[in-house]
Amino acid sequence: MEAPFVNPQEDTAAEAIEAIGDELDVFDDWMERYQYIIEMGRKLPPFPPEWCNDAHRVPGCQSQVWLEEKEADGRLYFAGLSDAAIVCGLVALLLRVYSGRTREEIQATDPGFLRDLGLVQALSTNRGNGVEAMARAIRTAAAVSA
Amino acid sequence: MSTQTPTVHAVPQLDVHAIRQQFPILGEKVHDRPLVFLDSAASAQKPNAVIDCMANTMRHQYANIHRGLHWMSERTTEAYEGVRDLVADFLNAPSREEIVFTRNSTEAINLVAHSFGALLKPGQAVLISQMEHHANLVPWQMLRDWAGIDLRVAPITDDGDLDIEAYKALLADGKVALVAITHMSNVLGTITPAKQIADMAHAAGAQVLFDGSQSVVHHKTDVQALGADFYTFTGHKLYGPTGIGVLWGRRDLLEQMPPFLGGGDMISTVTFEHSTWANIPHKFEAGTPAIVETIGLGAAIEWVNKIGFDGIAAHEADLTTHALQRLATVPGLNIVGHPRVRGGVVSFTMADVHPHDIATLLDRNGIAIRAGHHCAEPLMRRLGLSATARASFGIYTQKEEIDVLADTLVRIRDFFV
Repeated sequence: MEAPFVNPQEDTAAEAIEAIGDELDVFDDWMERYQYIIEMGRKLPPFPPEWCNDAHRVPGCQSQVWLEEKEADGRLYFAGLSDAAIVCGLVALLLRVYSGRTREEIQATDPGFLRDLGLVQALSTNRGNGVEAMARAIRTAAAVSA
Repeated sequence: MSTQTPTVHAVPQLDVHAIRQQFPILGEKVHDRPLVFLDSAASAQKPNAVIDCMANTMRHQYANIHRGLHWMSERTTEAYEGVRDLVADFLNAPSREEIVFTRNSTEAINLVAHSFGALLKPGQAVLISQMEHHANLVPWQMLRDWAGIDLRVAPITDDGDLDIEAYKALLADGKVALVAITHMSNVLGTITPAKQIADMAHAAGAQVLFDGSQSVVHHKTDVQALGADFYTFTGHKLYGPTGIGVLWGRRDLLEQMPPFLGGGDMISTVTFEHSTWANIPHKFEAGTPAIVETIGLGAAIEWVNKIGFDGIAAHEADLTTHALQRLATVPGLNIVGHPRVRGGVVSFTMADVHPHDIATLLDRNGIAIRAGHHCAEPLMRRLGLSATARASFGIYTQKEEIDVLADTLVRIRDFFV
């Protein structure tokens, strides 16, 4: 899939989650871990500036998060961006898990892995973070029939 | 004693270490680091005096108030009504009947918007400022839409002070019935010139309400000396519990105003056809109130009084000066707002670093600050910002914690450049 939509690096969402966990485990220190997450955000394909608008904005976060989707070959592909670096890294992480998957796989993949990885403390209540809203938006997109 | 010794005004020193011992939560660790709590402007932590008072109330002396003809109810009513006296003293209000308990400052302002607002006529205006919290903005927008009044907004200067000339101009046509303005900005730290604001409002025939949520915490409040007509504050920023706030209003105004909520405790007589209202303040206190929280607020006020505002104000001024100096040394850091007089709240941004990222990384280091729009979106727009980071200080804040903040901000800055 062409940029800015994210192509999967792993064959399945579950493998992507496992790979992310392994990569984060390398670091002893949370500051280093965040540095790595920020790096992931910086490596996202460039998000078109004309999409940074209200139509693409994910509501419910204090940092701004924009999201676009595209369907091809029975799979949903996503592009995303945030104006906050850590949130942008978490967006990259979410897209690595969810982009380029089938609707069924997206719906079957619980975003609770972010909590398991210690990346968000309380997924359902951390309203300021925006990642939860992003995960919800991705899974809502998958739930809407094509 | 030598006669040459200049007279030094003794500033009482707070024993911050001893004070911190009274806040059990300050011994907690966050992400394996000692908690550095710099978010007291959002909500302050609670001393044992408040925690124990509330627990003891529920353990030993609790019943519904104002209606029971039994010992427990009478004792609880005494404790609850005793807090009204404490609050009246705390604000130097002329009488206890002018103290209305609400859930928080937001509800107090909504009460005034509803009940004082009911006395207003189309064409009259309410005047607020650009630095208001949503709590002192949205209720007036709602009133404007119900009552057909105008809502005027006094601008601020680039430094974050009220633009007094513009304020005066907005009062000039004599249509402003109420000025509703913060006594201290939760974003900029600005302490507004309340006496001057009130004098100018009165000269133009307007009443004045101050949102004192931030300011009552930092220095002694005297509603009569300020010339206020309404004053609001909330318990939880004053080391007290959540769920209890205060409206003080001038007796003649409160007496003219219709009730806010209907129900038990606020009536004099009720028939199916008609009801008559109780006297103030009970007219504005429908239903079973936050009994334990009110008694907890009383404990917080007694605790703060015991420490004394001379010491508190000196300590917090010292902390704020230290914070402004230390933060100025952090590369890329920009302090938002340089008001003439300020309290213990410092907002800042950092070049190339989103406030959200600052807060997340500080949190991993055990440091709690606030980041976002601080419930003041129009102010953010005025400042040309979408968000700021904000550190705020309380009685228990230590200079060393501000040093930890500044040092960690330097590390965070290194992270991004």
